[in-house]
Amino acid sequence: MCEEAIPGGCAQVADAMTSAANAALPHAATPAWAMLAYLASGVLFILALRGLSSPSTSRAGNRYGMIGMTIAMVTTLVTHIPVIPGTEPDEFYNAVYWDFASFGEILAAIAIGGGIGWVIARRIAMTDMPQLVAAFHSLVGLAAVLVGWAAYLNPEAFGILGADGQINPVSRLEAGLGIAIGAITFSGSVIAFLKLAGKMSGAPILLPLRHVINLGTLIAILGLTGYFMTDQSLWVIATITVLAFLIGFLLIIPIGGADMPVVVSMLNSYSGWAAAAMGFTLHNTAMIITGALVGSSGAILSYIMCKAMNRGFLSVIAGGFGAEAGPAGEAKEQRPWKRGSAEDAAYMLGEAEKVIIIPGYGMAVSQAQHALREMADLLKAKGVEVKYAIHPVAGRMPGHMNVLLAEANVPYDEVFELEDINSEFATADVAFIIGANDVVNPAAKTDKSSPIYGMPVFDVDKAKQVFFIKRSMGGVGYAGVDNDVFYMDQTLMLLADAKKMVEDINKGLAH
Amino acid sequence: MDFISILSIFVMACFVGYYVVWSVTPALHTPLMAVTNAISSVIIVGALIAAAAAGSAGSKWLGLLAVVLASVNIFGGFAVTARMLAMYKKKDR
Repeated sequence: MCEEAIPGGCAQVADAMTSAANAALPHAATPAWAMLAYLASGVLFILALRGLSSPSTSRAGNRYGMIGMTIAMVTTLVTHIPVIPGTEPDEFYNAVYWDFASFGEILAAIAIGGGIGWVIARRIAMTDMPQLVAAFHSLVGLAAVLVGWAAYLNPEAFGILGADGQINPVSRLEAGLGIAIGAITFSGSVIAFLKLAGKMSGAPILLPLRHVINLGTLIAILGLTGYFMTDQSLWVIATITVLAFLIGFLLIIPIGGADMPVVVSMLNSYSGWAAAAMGFTLHNTAMIITGALVGSSGAILSYIMCKAMNRGFLSVIAGGFGAEAGPAGEAKEQRPWKRGSAEDAAYMLGEAEKVIIIPGYGMAVSQAQHALREMADLLKAKGVEVKYAIHPVAGRMPGHMNVLLAEANVPYDEVFELEDINSEFATADVAFIIGANDVVNPAAKTDKSSPIYGMPVFDVDKAKQVFFIKRSMGGVGYAGVDNDVFYMDQTLMLLADAKKMVEDINKGLAH
Repeated sequence: MDFISILSIFVMACFVGYYVVWSVTPALHTPLMAVTNAISSVIIVGALIAAAAAGSAGSKWLGLLAVVLASVNIFGGFAVTARMLAMYKKKDR
C-alpha cells in the first residue's frame, strides 16, 4: 500500500496513525494477541453450531461454545482492567494503578447474572422451552440497547471518539442500528414470551391502520438513524430507542400463538444482528462472527418454518392469521364421526404391526410425552414397530417435539421428519395423532380455498386405522378449519386429555 | 481495523453461518436456538468494556447492568443447551 515515494513517508503515516489512536483511546487499542483471541472464540462458536449436525457431536460442540465464550470474556477483562482515573496509558500494566473496586463490581455482576441463569436453566420444564428462549432473546436485546447507550455516553472507552471530539459518524450509525435492533428484539421477545407463557392471550390483537403505523415507525427509525450521523444530540438517540421499543411491541401483538415458531426464530435472528451491529461499533471479530452466525441461523429457521406452513414470511409478519376465521364450525353441517374408547385403542394398537405416532402442541400442553413413551415400550414388547413423525411446525418452536420426546427417553433414531416418513403411512396399521391437528389436515392438499392450502401434511388417510386424541370436538386447530380426518371411516376419535387417554390405553395394554 | 476489513469478516461469516446452519439436523433445532442465544451474548464484551471504563458513571452502570443480563443468558443458555443435548440418546441395542 505505502510506497517509498517520499523517504520516511510510511513511518510518518504510521506514527501519525498510532499517535492519533493512542490520543483518542487510552487503552482501547486492542493488542494483536487479543484480536487473535477474539478470532479464536469466533471460530469456536462456528464449531459449536457445526456440532449440532448430529446429536452425537452436539455435546462437544456445546463445550466449544463455552470455551469460546470464556476466551472472549477473559480477553476483554484482561485488556480492560479498570484503572484509577487519571492514570497514563503506559501505567496500565502496573497493578498499583488498578481499580480493584470496579473489578470486583464486574465480577459480582457476572456472578449474579450467571447464578440466575444457571438456576433457571436447571429448573425449567422442557415444555416451557419456547418461552424461556423468548425470555433469553429479550435479555440479549436489552443488553445490546444498554451497550449502545454506554458507547454513546462514553465513546472514548469504546475507541469511537473522532479527532473533533465527536463520535465518528460511522460508529454513530452502527451504534444507532444496534440500539434499534436490540430494542425491537427486547420488546418483541417480551410479547412473544407473554403469549407463549399464556400470560397474554395468544389470539392476534389487530389495531386499525396497523400496517401504516408500523411502516411509518420503521421509516422514522431508519430516518433518525441516518440523521444521527450528522447530529449526535441526545434526543435523536432517545427517540430512536423509544420508537424501536414501540415497534417491537406493535410488530408482535398481531401475530397469533401458532405462528410463534416463526416469531421466535425471527427474534433469534434479530438478536444476532444486534450483536453484529455492536461488533461493528467495537471492531470486535468475535461479536461480528457470532452476530452473523446467529443472524443467519434465525433467518434460516424462519424460512424453514414458513415453508412448512406454505406461508410467505411477510404474511406471517403482517399477522392476523386465524383471526378472520369466525367461531369454529358455526355454519358447518354436522357430519357423523365415531368415538372410540381407550380399550378399543389398546386392543387395536396391540394387534397392529406398525404404528406411527404424530405428536403436536396438545401433547406438550398435557405433558403426555412420558406416558406416550411407556405406550411405545408396551407396544414394542408386543412386537409392534413404533415410529414417531414430526412436522417442522409441530409445537411452538422449531424442534420443540423432538426435545420433549428426547426428555421422555425416546431414542432419536425412532423419530422421523415429515419427508422421511410420509410414504410409510401406506404401510402403517395405525396413525396415532396426539395433540396435532392442522399438520394432518388433507384440506391442505385438496381444498384451494383453505387457509392452510399448500402446507405439507402427513398422509394419515393412507393408514388403515387412525386414532385422533383431542380434548373435544369443539376446537378445530389453530387455522380454524375443519379437518376431514375426523369423519373418515377408519378414524376413531379419542376425546380426552392426551395424558389421561394415553395412561388409560397403557392400562389396557398392560394386561 | 478499518470498516472494509470488518465488513469482509461479517460477509464471510454470514456465508459460513448459512452453510453451517443448513447442516444442523431438524431434531436439534431447539438446542440450536438455545445455543445461538447463548453465543449472541458475546455482546458482554461491550458491556465489560463499558463497566470497566472510567469517565462516565452512567456508562459504567449501564455496562454493569448489561453484564448481569448477558451473564444470565450465557450461563443459562449453555446450561439449558447442555441439559437438552444430554437427553438425546440412541436406541439401546
